[in-house]
Amino acid sequence: MTIFIPTPLRTFAGGQDAVEVNATTISEALAKLTETHPELRRHLFTAEGKLRAFVNVYFNDEDVRYLPAKEATAVTAADTLSIIPSIAGGWTN
Amino acid sequence: MAPLTEPIPLPELTTDELSRYSRHLILPEVGMEGQQRLKAARVLCVGTGGLGSPLALYLAAAGIGTLGLVDFDVVDASNLQRQIIHATKDIGRKKLDSAEEKLKALNPALNVIKHDTMLSSANALEILKDYDIVADGTDNFPTRYLVNDACVLQGKPNVYGSIFRFEGQASVFATEDGPCYRCLYPEPPPPGLVPSCAEGGVLGILPGLVGVIQATEVIKLILGKGAPLIGRLLLVDALNMRFRELKLRKNPECPVCGLNPTVTELIDYQNFCGIVPEAAQDANTKNGIPQISVKELKRRMDAGEEVYLIDVREPYEYQIAQIGGKLIPQNDVPRRLAEIDRNREVIVHCRSGARSQKIAEFLMQSGYPRVTNVAGGILAWSDEIDPTVQKY
Ligand SMILES: [Zn+2]
Repeated sequence: MTIFIPTPLRTFAGGQDAVEVNATTISEALAKLTETHPELRRHLFTAEGKLRAFVNVYFNDEDVRYLPAKEATAVTAADTLSIIPSIAGGWTN
Repeated sequence: MAPLTEPIPLPELTTDELSRYSRHLILPEVGMEGQQRLKAARVLCVGTGGLGSPLALYLAAAGIGTLGLVDFDVVDASNLQRQIIHATKDIGRKKLDSAEEKLKALNPALNVIKHDTMLSSANALEILKDYDIVADGTDNFPTRYLVNDACVLQGKPNVYGSIFRFEGQASVFATEDGPCYRCLYPEPPPPGLVPSCAEGGVLGILPGLVGVIQATEVIKLILGKGAPLIGRLLLVDALNMRFRELKLRKNPECPVCGLNPTVTELIDYQNFCGIVPEAAQDANTKNGIPQISVKELKRRMDAGEEVYLIDVREPYEYQIAQIGGKLIPQNDVPRRLAEIDRNREVIVHCRSGARSQKIAEFLMQSGYPRVTNVAGGILAWSDEIDPTVQKY
């Protein structure tokens, strides 16, 4: 499946905007992603291994938190995961 | 959207307005009544920067009757790459005055209300109460959460836009049945983990794209036409020019718009976002990292000490200005640790002191016993030590 990496996290994924992984579930896909790119781990997960509150993960166009099976949801090669962190920019900065 | 489209006594259009808005009037979705609704509408634009510039200009052109602007900043040369409501002659001027001038030139009938202040928990409800819709063009997490909560508490739609580098987000929050910003992100990221536009950069055109999407949503909400971005997060990727859309749901456990809200009045948003007040921070360490002022750094240099200074900015920033540090860009630090001497006091600096603080913490975690951060970075150096060091 394809995992889309948002701009703020690309430096931790070798600059790539998308990463392909072979996985059968969402949690396996995220595990493989952070195995290949260990720097991503602390940005995505808390020390207890929970997804951080300011990072949302979407399975296709649906928030993983609202899927019946959540991160255990089965995935195919055609599915996508999108990591969407909060961004604040817009005004003066 | 019921309150906006309820029958209200609508203002008549003048002869001038009939000709000015003729291209709207012949659109069935706008027509005479829609244009009158726009004239009756009161929209608050929080921020007159990157997002606020196109937003305010298009709303003024479209015939919005009353436009409130909140800003306390002055125009800086580095704003002009994207904040198109301001011009070169406006550098140093209040953004509110500069924006008002352009908006009134475009549409003299527009009623501009200037709120020369920083939106805060103390004034937000008072400022918002006179408006129908709020457009959020802010640049920081505390104000985003403040705008969101104030909109939920007052039942006003929050037309949201946000940008970073080449990427943008837009949505409509806080409508009666739709989700709010906290349904999407219950908590802000800890300070320092997400870079700001000043550190990350932003394509100047991107706020134009996103701000115009916000303006479109404002107009649609007022007209009560089309499918608003409620319950949808629009993602704009300008680099690949790809637009995607994600589903947003109203979270029944949302602390502000959920079934049992715990946030029923405005809170301390700086504190909520983990931002420690300046006074408390003045103590010379931050997250265990000693902070050195530029004056103290200069004093030590002048005293002949060979300070071990590491510059963690990007090479292009180094080309603009530098103060003699060894350049190791922040993302290279983890794999270039061998180049950084563990036996010395490592003094880290960047542009503002934010990135270098993160790297200082990283070095400390990596076992460096003495790491110090230069508070204020290049900006402070330029202000307090040497103005010929170019600020950017
Ligand atoms: Zn909510």
